[in-house]
Amino acid sequence: MILLLDLCYEKDSLSKYEFVNPVADTLRKAGTHFETLHFAEIAEDELGKYDKIILCGTALKDNTYADRIDVFSWLTQYDGPVLGICAGMQVMSAIYGGSIVPKPAIGLERIEIITDTPLLGEPRQIEGYHLHNYGVTLPEDFLLVAGTTEVVEAFKHRERSIYGIIFHPEVRNRWILERFAGLQNSF
Amino acid sequence: MNLGVLFSGGKDSTFACYRAIEKNTVACLITLISENVDSYMFHTPNIRRTGLQAEAMGIPLFSWPTKGQKEEELVDLKDAIAAAREKYGIEGIVTGAIESVYQAARVQRICRDLDLWCFNPLWQINQVDYLRLLISDGFKIIISGVFAYPFDESWVGATLTEELVQKLEQLQKKYKINPSGEGGELETFVLDGPLFKKRIEILKASRTYENYRGHFIIDDARLVEK
Repeated sequence: MILLLDLCYEKDSLSKYEFVNPVADTLRKAGTHFETLHFAEIAEDELGKYDKIILCGTALKDNTYADRIDVFSWLTQYDGPVLGICAGMQVMSAIYGGSIVPKPAIGLERIEIITDTPLLGEPRQIEGYHLHNYGVTLPEDFLLVAGTTEVVEAFKHRERSIYGIIFHPEVRNRWILERFAGLQNSF
Repeated sequence: MNLGVLFSGGKDSTFACYRAIEKNTVACLITLISENVDSYMFHTPNIRRTGLQAEAMGIPLFSWPTKGQKEEELVDLKDAIAAAREKYGIEGIVTGAIESVYQAARVQRICRDLDLWCFNPLWQINQVDYLRLLISDGFKIIISGVFAYPFDESWVGATLTEELVQKLEQLQKKYKINPSGEGGELETFVLDGPLFKKRIEILKASRTYENYRGHFIIDDARLVEK
């Protein structure tokens, strides 16, 4: 079962419809079992029941997750595949030693995939939807998967299935979510 | 949070308002009155009837004029939102965007520039499921405009029913249309819904239709008890 983590400013917020429900719909259509929790509801002793975790994005003006980054310290102890989307990627960067940095982008843009990974596939260009005020720096144990070191579009842990993508796969790139749902932990 | 809903009188902005009001305060409906019938951003058929809808829902309507020219109307939208903030103290904007990255990105930029929250509670929703949700939640919706093949004259002024949803579902499979009409295929107008304390009764209306393009214009209408 996948844990879908809502990073919006409060549980059951108006933003949940926009940033969590489209991801949930994709998983539902793919026949994947999942459970949705707000980030403030995480019980570390229950993480073992989840095969994978997806950290969703949130509204442009919402920085609550960044103000409460310590709440996510459990991430480094979790050993299953993780996908961080936008705000979720920012959380992962901060937890793994990188930084959240001002890097605003809104709208569809070309994205250069530069490293072949099980999640995004072979190097090529795709189009992705950006909606963020902040980007990330690349943590030490992570590979740049898409973009540049200045503008990190996607990264992956060097040894584990831990991915972050700054664009929103639930918009025009649902195949990424479907592929993540099918990933094995051995990659 | 006090919010302003970008309101066209169609099903999407009305449903977005419905969702917003469940969790927040909707301080005003913001309607841009476009002089351009082919406005890129703003729905035009029956736009002047939004006053009746606002009255039915008991929410103040904030109207703002725009000439409806492609990029200038974005300046008008920004001015309208800034003026609505001044008047109603709104902290964020709600839109009925579903799939249109074009519309959503532009409103997001305006909200960022004005330091406002932006909410799109219908974003990426399954369109056929959504149409059924509208019906089951008690919205009464008419098709107020059609703008694409294969919509014939029978669609103009028709009420959204399960039968029509099934037809839209078939047209989606056959012609790749957006069943909710967000691609500009059709426009709608809401006559009643769960937020409406009174319903709208159409007293007089006129139809135009030619070459897969038609309007259902409400010439006269009133509020009546439900």
